[in-house]
Amino acid sequence: MAEGKRLNWLEPRPGGLYCIPGDFYIDPMRKAERAIITHGHADHARPGNNHVLATHETIAIAEARYGSNAGRSFQRVRYGEVTRIGDVSVRLVSAGHVLGSAQVVLEHGGERIVVSGDYKRSRDPTCAPFEVVTCDAFITEATFGLPVFRHPPASAEVGRLLASVAAAPERCHLVGVYALGKAQRVIALLREAGYSDTIYLHGALQKLCALYQRLGVDLGDLAPVAGLPKQALTGRIVLCPPSALADRWSQRMPDPVTAVASGWMRIRARARQRGAELPLIISDHADWDELTATIRDVEAGEIWVTHGREDALVHYARSLGLEARALSLVGREEDGDTETEMEEAGC
Amino acid sequence: MQAFAELLDRLSTAPGRNVRLDLIAAYLKSTPDPDRGYALASLAGDLKLRAARPSMIRELVAERTDPELFRLSYDYIGDLAETVSLLWPQDRTANATPRLSEIIGALGAAKRGEVPDLVAGWLDRLDPTGRWALLKLITGGLRVGVSGRLARTALTRLGEADLSATEEVWHAVEPPYTALFDWLEGRAERPSLAEAMTFRPLMLAHPLEAGEQSRLDLADFRAEWKWDGIRVQLVLRGGEGRLFSRTGDDISTAFPDLMQTLAGDAVLDGELLVMRPDGIGSFNDLQQRLNRKTVGAKLQAEHPVGIRLYDILFDADRDCRYLPFTERRQVLADWVARHASPRLDLSPLVPATDWDRLAEARADPPHPAIEGVMLKRADSPYQAGRPRGLWFKWKREPHRVDCVMMYAQRGHGRRSSLYSDFTFGAWRGDALVPVGKAYFGFTDAELKELDRFVRNNTVDRYGPVRAVEQSLVLEIAFDGVNRSRRHKSGVAMRFPRIARIRWDKPAAEADHVETLERLIA
Repeated sequence: MAEGKRLNWLEPRPGGLYCIPGDFYIDPMRKAERAIITHGHADHARPGNNHVLATHETIAIAEARYGSNAGRSFQRVRYGEVTRIGDVSVRLVSAGHVLGSAQVVLEHGGERIVVSGDYKRSRDPTCAPFEVVTCDAFITEATFGLPVFRHPPASAEVGRLLASVAAAPERCHLVGVYALGKAQRVIALLREAGYSDTIYLHGALQKLCALYQRLGVDLGDLAPVAGLPKQALTGRIVLCPPSALADRWSQRMPDPVTAVASGWMRIRARARQRGAELPLIISDHADWDELTATIRDVEAGEIWVTHGREDALVHYARSLGLEARALSLVGREEDGDTETEMEEAGC
Repeated sequence: MQAFAELLDRLSTAPGRNVRLDLIAAYLKSTPDPDRGYALASLAGDLKLRAARPSMIRELVAERTDPELFRLSYDYIGDLAETVSLLWPQDRTANATPRLSEIIGALGAAKRGEVPDLVAGWLDRLDPTGRWALLKLITGGLRVGVSGRLARTALTRLGEADLSATEEVWHAVEPPYTALFDWLEGRAERPSLAEAMTFRPLMLAHPLEAGEQSRLDLADFRAEWKWDGIRVQLVLRGGEGRLFSRTGDDISTAFPDLMQTLAGDAVLDGELLVMRPDGIGSFNDLQQRLNRKTVGAKLQAEHPVGIRLYDILFDADRDCRYLPFTERRQVLADWVARHASPRLDLSPLVPATDWDRLAEARADPPHPAIEGVMLKRADSPYQAGRPRGLWFKWKREPHRVDCVMMYAQRGHGRRSSLYSDFTFGAWRGDALVPVGKAYFGFTDAELKELDRFVRNNTVDRYGPVRAVEQSLVLEIAFDGVNRSRRHKSGVAMRFPRIARIRWDKPAAEADHVETLERLIA
């Protein structure tokens, strides 16, 4: 790409990120004729699109959530498989965010753009690892785009959870996790740490855990909370969506230690707002070190930063001498850290 | 330090009093002297450290991080210690973490210029939680939901002593309290209190709740004015005197004019006020004397202070705290009669035979430095803490004005993701002038609504501050108005809080600055 020239065939529109020569949207916010979906979280995979291209797993997740509303027709692809749409070649590569999550690699007129979707670089036993693809322009998420966000190893956080379970056997541990990705990752990490007891699930988590297991992710022995007497949960680990922690539902737990597994738990004020007695810093989004390492690794001359705290990452990229700008995509609140945003984005 | 850091970390999210007590007691049982004593002093707010100023911390972090990234991070988190603890570059080659006692000792011995290097060295040796705890420790104000009383309650779990016995000894010993631990754990006798000019914990009152009057028989109570000064304890012994604030801080040196004139042997409870030959000064007057490093002769002459006494704990060696209020009052009156001074007088009783007449007196007190009425049970002993049912404070109704929200700022700590600090204005002609700031008085649910209003009605931004559409009326309750040169409006409210959010009221119908000016004392 020539010096100073800006890539102009992909642009933010009110309906989402739009590819002009291919006439499609990536993770559209409004119903689109043709959509490429990076992963199954509700702020990326929305119902009602006509033709949908995504990984096999992402489409399975969308169908589990939206049923027949997930799309009219589907093109299921594997990581690395190349598809031509109009004048653009399209390839999905793994993003390491949740099962089936993908970056979108677009090539047109000798230029390559990579749209990261949501991603992380740290290990996750439930999905394929992030793959670095060098490019001319890299469009990165910035959920945790401030240098204060440095996630400790997730296995160490799960270790803290198990230590708390051992220290308070008379209480139940209620862990708030997002239904897609976080729940299964926490379960898989518990299994890796040698925890083999049954793990109990809030009803809202059952469908996706079952889907993960059907798609070949081993989660061990799971059981629903529903119908169990209160005392049966003493000393147990129960997983539920974060919103259920403050719900009347949680009063059915015997003296629970309330834990929340989220990258936001790095900030004490957030932990207190959520009523987390045991904050666990476990995130499926890249932290600051991962974001900045990725910006260096992809060797792109141009960095577009979207959803999250864009300012700091733009500043960082410019300090490396790169072209960088914040993309404001409609439909994302400036802070992105409200309750609903967190739930939908699986932070 | 690591164990203390983990304790603070757990306390910062611990959901209730009992969980906090368990955490502190477990720490005290498993941590050796002298570290646990310093930790306890810090939790109880009794650790006197040469505090590091936030500006020093900022300079340290500025040498190590990109200033723009620091600014964005601090703006987002709203807590300096937490921001720095997370931004500080990790030094993986660092030595073992420092002990808490090592930190306290080194800070005590260091010259001022040596403090920054010391702190930086410790920050290098700690993990993020340890850095956060260190910064909280040295900048003062842990804010982990632990009061001095809660810390001392945890202490009682070490042995057989009860809380009031523990509290009394507490004020006679200094951090790291080795003698106190030795006594509690049965290794030594109780430390002696006789000779020490120590602070004795105060007895505090509960607010009189609406509807409580019908359950109380006024005949059981004595009434006094509630003076608008600061609560003090005066300890006199062997020709010396000490003046303590309500939290036990020794504030004697700020009031040489008062301390020089006093003699006797007693422990007295009263209100520090500006006392001139022609009468009592306002709180605004008294404020001229507070928080000053030096007190000049002119200031002492123009704003002479004295104490209006209302209780006596010790008369020489006689412990009066177990006497009923009416008897203590007689002992106090005799004491004041024997020690006549223009700087000391007796707070008079207010006749209280029926609630209606008392309410009238409260609504229209004889002096502007009166902010309500105190009710004390005639048979109440002097019991440290805030015992139920014995003493009540019945403050005057606050003033109220309707103002308009003009600016909002993100809060700090627990509220750092919400717009929770509001600047409001009153009309002068056809423009709004800022008259005050409030950040409490609303419920959590109302705060969410206010936050939403700010986000949806922002018209301008100045860093962390947002200017909002001038349309929302806030009913502000406050305790008084002073003239102020710092405020553009020329007035400053005392203790303003948001009483109601007037979603229904048009901004044009809010109050004018003149309404406030008429209230200036």
